Amino acid sequence: MKLLTCPMNGPRNIDEFQSFGPVRARPDPNATADPEWSRHLFRAENRQGVVVEWWRHVPSNYFFLAERDLVSNEIIRTFDASEPRGRA
Amino acid sequence: MPLRLLKYGLSRDYPVSGDIPATPALKPAYDVVIIGGGGHGLSCAHHLAKYHGIKSVAVLEKGYLAGGNTARNTTTIRSNYITPEGIAFYKEGVELFERLSQELDFNVMFSQRGQLTLAHTEATMRSFHMRAEMGKHMGTRTEVVDQKGVEELCPLINMDYGGALEILGGLWHADGGTARHDAVAWGYAAQASRRGVEIHQRTEVQGFEVVGDRVQAVKTNRGRVACGQVLIATGGMNYDVALMAGVELPIRCYPLQAMVTQPLKPWLHTLVSSVSLHTYLVQSSRGEVVIGGGSDPYQLYSTRSTLDMKVHLAEGAVHLFPFLQGVRLLRQWAGITDMTPDYSPIMGASPLANLWLDCGWGTWGFKATPVAGKRMAQTIADGRVPDILKPFALERFETFRLLNEMGATAASH
Repeated sequence: MKLLTCPMNGPRNIDEFQSFGPVRARPDPNATADPEWSRHLFRAENRQGVVVEWWRHVPSNYFFLAERDLVSNEIIRTFDASEPRGRA
Repeated sequence: MPLRLLKYGLSRDYPVSGDIPATPALKPAYDVVIIGGGGHGLSCAHHLAKYHGIKSVAVLEKGYLAGGNTARNTTTIRSNYITPEGIAFYKEGVELFERLSQELDFNVMFSQRGQLTLAHTEATMRSFHMRAEMGKHMGTRTEVVDQKGVEELCPLINMDYGGALEILGGLWHADGGTARHDAVAWGYAAQASRRGVEIHQRTEVQGFEVVGDRVQAVKTNRGRVACGQVLIATGGMNYDVALMAGVELPIRCYPLQAMVTQPLKPWLHTLVSSVSLHTYLVQSSRGEVVIGGGSDPYQLYSTRSTLDMKVHLAEGAVHLFPFLQGVRLLRQWAGITDMTPDYSPIMGASPLANLWLDCGWGTWGFKATPVAGKRMAQTIADGRVPDILKPFALERFETFRLLNEMGATAASH
């Protein structure tokens, strides 16, 4: 069992959480051409290294951010979306 | 008898057939450099040498031959997809498997025993009807069977789990089968090296020399190699390798986990797959029951296994065949799958003129080993993409012409 520390609920089994993938900048709908939309929709960060991702604690429906290493699977920190994103 | 055996062993008429030649010295240049010594890369090398007369070919493999996803997949061969483009392509793949042992002069133990996919909901049954009609239209053997049909095809199956997730019917794909994955890779490697292809193991690509819109050379841990054409066929590492050339692919990597039981007498005579349980089973010719395939629920570059996923796979298997509950597991493993947004591969051109892609094979690559190699070899030899591969182009994401095969891919949704 792997633990993920939820900023609201504390350390919980990672099975209680759902990954929503790496954070992506939201394009301006009025000033974005098709290629950039395509990029936004289909290309997510996948480099070997640390990513900032959206996660959701399913029972409490709470969304938050986590910094995780895509190679070692180490969860470096978790924080509320209102906090500064650091590496993002 | 021992004397005759000895005589046979020493006879000049039957020389010892060499395995794959040892890794030779790296030449300064090749007409074609194939990155990735797995099934797809070796298949492409074979087709280049045999059918296109291109013999100055180097296959560069970071580890050992076919040690990545070629060794880790669960050997399902089928063409019961849902898009006409997908079915046409995979159908050719199944047909190539049907005569692969002859083509390679090597027994790949292809067993066309059929695949049975189970439905536990009415919604799945409706999608099966659509897949069956598409399959028939495209000339494959795919049909919907009812509960009685499931019991006839697979008499040992547990039709209802005490009321929960009852089996309502299935999709019967008589063209489906399985083959020995190592034999496929070794067969292609032996044929290719016999025709002059060089296979360089322990040769890691570390970068590309790009000048204008062409790859001038590939940089490896054993030196620089100039290249006419380059193919990327590196399975779980496709995103990373393409990125070194400045090409960002719409790929996210997830581990896919599988396992096998101890050997049992033959009892499972078809491939069985359940969409709702995310579990599929096939009995290998050694008698082991191969159980796949659980995708991890978040991105990761790792081949570690997790107890959670193994328990999940075991639960699915025991649901379908309760008598498996006392059976022991022999091995378990994971591979890194390069998942695309639409569950279809990315084949064909890249933004660089002489860099070709055979990527995005996610959880569905083994069945396409012969056909992807054949069609990519044709692409490289002709310098243009054949019609059958055009729908799989990288540009489809920019033009929003996706090939959605998510519903026809059992592993991870």
